[in-house]
Amino acid sequence: MTRLVWVFATGLLFGLGLCCSAMINPAKVIDFLDPAGNWDPSLALVMIGAIPVAALGFWKAQGLASPWLEPRFQLPAKTRIDASLLAGAALFGVGWGIAGFCPGPALASLALGNWRTLLFVAAMVIGMPAERSLRAFRTRKARITPT
Amino acid sequence: MHDFTPISAAIGGVMIGAAAAAFWLGNGRIAGISGILAGALRPERGDLAWRFAFLAGLIAAPLLWRTVMPLPAIIITASPGALIVAGLLVGFGTRLGGGCTSGHGVCGVARLSPRSIAAIAVTIATALVTVFLMRHVLGAAR
Repeated sequence: MTRLVWVFATGLLFGLGLCCSAMINPAKVIDFLDPAGNWDPSLALVMIGAIPVAALGFWKAQGLASPWLEPRFQLPAKTRIDASLLAGAALFGVGWGIAGFCPGPALASLALGNWRTLLFVAAMVIGMPAERSLRAFRTRKARITPT
Repeated sequence: MHDFTPISAAIGGVMIGAAAAAFWLGNGRIAGISGILAGALRPERGDLAWRFAFLAGLIAAPLLWRTVMPLPAIIITASPGALIVAGLLVGFGTRLGGGCTSGHGVCGVARLSPRSIAAIAVTIATALVTVFLMRHVLGAAR
């Protein structure tokens, strides 16, 4: 229970940060991504604020054998820079530029009842399993086709 | 340059960074929104409750915020068709690339992960090109 309350509070704090920084507003995100136009560099400040504080947390955790509420730390398994990473990051950037939404702000603004947000999130929720299905399909094909 | 809000942006950033730090210290997981959501869509045993707890907190945040302070205006200029394309690209791309602005951009960069630094650099680069094309090439033609 403590664990879930902690996770909820963490999600809440994350979302409050998106509200405070106004990163929840897609128009502001697009203005940040537009140095050739009316550039609004605010979101660089979000990263400059967030990264050192997160780094402090990661640094402090190095002295711990396990996290406070769980048996172990779960670091991402992948460490190599591969084609999937770069292609995925590129596609994500195109979508981010078109809408001004990345996953955090899109989800955070769900409860505000804007149908456009809902439309974006619905498409995102379809895009996620689509990637998995395509990967499974390609793996199966690679197994059948002799090289 | 307009609507430059460095103070509130930096404070918001600190809150986001603190949330990422608290999640790692408390739960030993990377606070990557796309990963948390993707896992909630395809849950493994015993893996669902914490994901929903995190997402519930995230979704509740603006409701709490606006009881105390005015919420920033949420202005979505993209057309419905563009929003669908963008949503599909963001969903597909973040899974293929294994992260988004939070997992790669905040947590990964904070851990000095070369993989995350490469990912967020590519994402920002293609986003910049996309906005440039939409606003200054296609937009100017209209």
